[in-house]
Amino acid sequence: MNAFNPALSDRGRECWLPALQLSVQEVFGLMLGCELEVLKESPSEEGLEITSMVGLAGQLCGIVTVRCSAKAASRMAARMLGIEADQAGSQKWDAVGELCNMIAGNFKNKITGLGDGCMLSVPTVITGGDYNLHAMVNEEIRAAFLFEEEPVVLGLEVHN
Amino acid sequence: MDDIRTLIVDDSAVMRKIVERSLRQAGLGIAQVLEASNGAEALAAVQQHRVDLILCDINMPVMDGLEFVKQLAGMENAKGVPVVMITTEGSEGHVVQALSAGARGYLRKPFTSDQVKEHVLPVLAKKP
Repeated sequence: MNAFNPALSDRGRECWLPALQLSVQEVFGLMLGCELEVLKESPSEEGLEITSMVGLAGQLCGIVTVRCSAKAASRMAARMLGIEADQAGSQKWDAVGELCNMIAGNFKNKITGLGDGCMLSVPTVITGGDYNLHAMVNEEIRAAFLFEEEPVVLGLEVHN
Repeated sequence: MDDIRTLIVDDSAVMRKIVERSLRQAGLGIAQVLEASNGAEALAAVQQHRVDLILCDINMPVMDGLEFVKQLAGMENAKGVPVVMITTEGSEGHVVQALSAGARGYLRKPFTSDQVKEHVLPVLAKKP
């Protein structure tokens, strides 16, 4: 029997977008030492050729995604590792995967009552933009940011 | 202690490097760092090398961090070696599970170097 969880009610769901935005800002602030500019409108998806995904299972089922360009991913890896962006190489995929993992975990921990009832998968990173994602979700929240002049698009896609 | 051998267990190589850099920035006397990408590799590393401190993720393929800590508790040459979990799994249930399994500390990702120091220093001070 599933107990009622207020975090999953309509009212609780109103907190998801601000919690997600705060989670992103905290992760980038602490791990990359930078502030992100929130974009009010979704940017063009052209050039967002790196997608990182972390699955959610349990009381909340779905996926958290982070999408960005390879240039942005290299710069993220550079900031995380204290190296130059052109030295990031394949570490950029790992970096974006870990950022997505931390954002998903941080988001989950901000939603009261969700922590123990929701598990995270290890991250998966897809490179290339020519794909379709069919996650069988029926609710989607998106937030877009600007990181060093490059767009970063965050998604929370949820099964009800 | 000024020659601490540390084992960092995380499936992300980037995160292992970040944890190592945070430890060194914290000035904790880290002499040598060993790395493992999952719990099974970490158990093998502990069997082969002297280790004074272990920093370990929870969500990993092959063997997760909680299972690693449980199995580590049964290893004779790992007695008294402190384990600090560093993970995105920050719920109360996970903290209780980790501490019950034998972990001495628990740090949530994302973290700062200062937070690494705050969590690691006390467990090193208590090391027999």
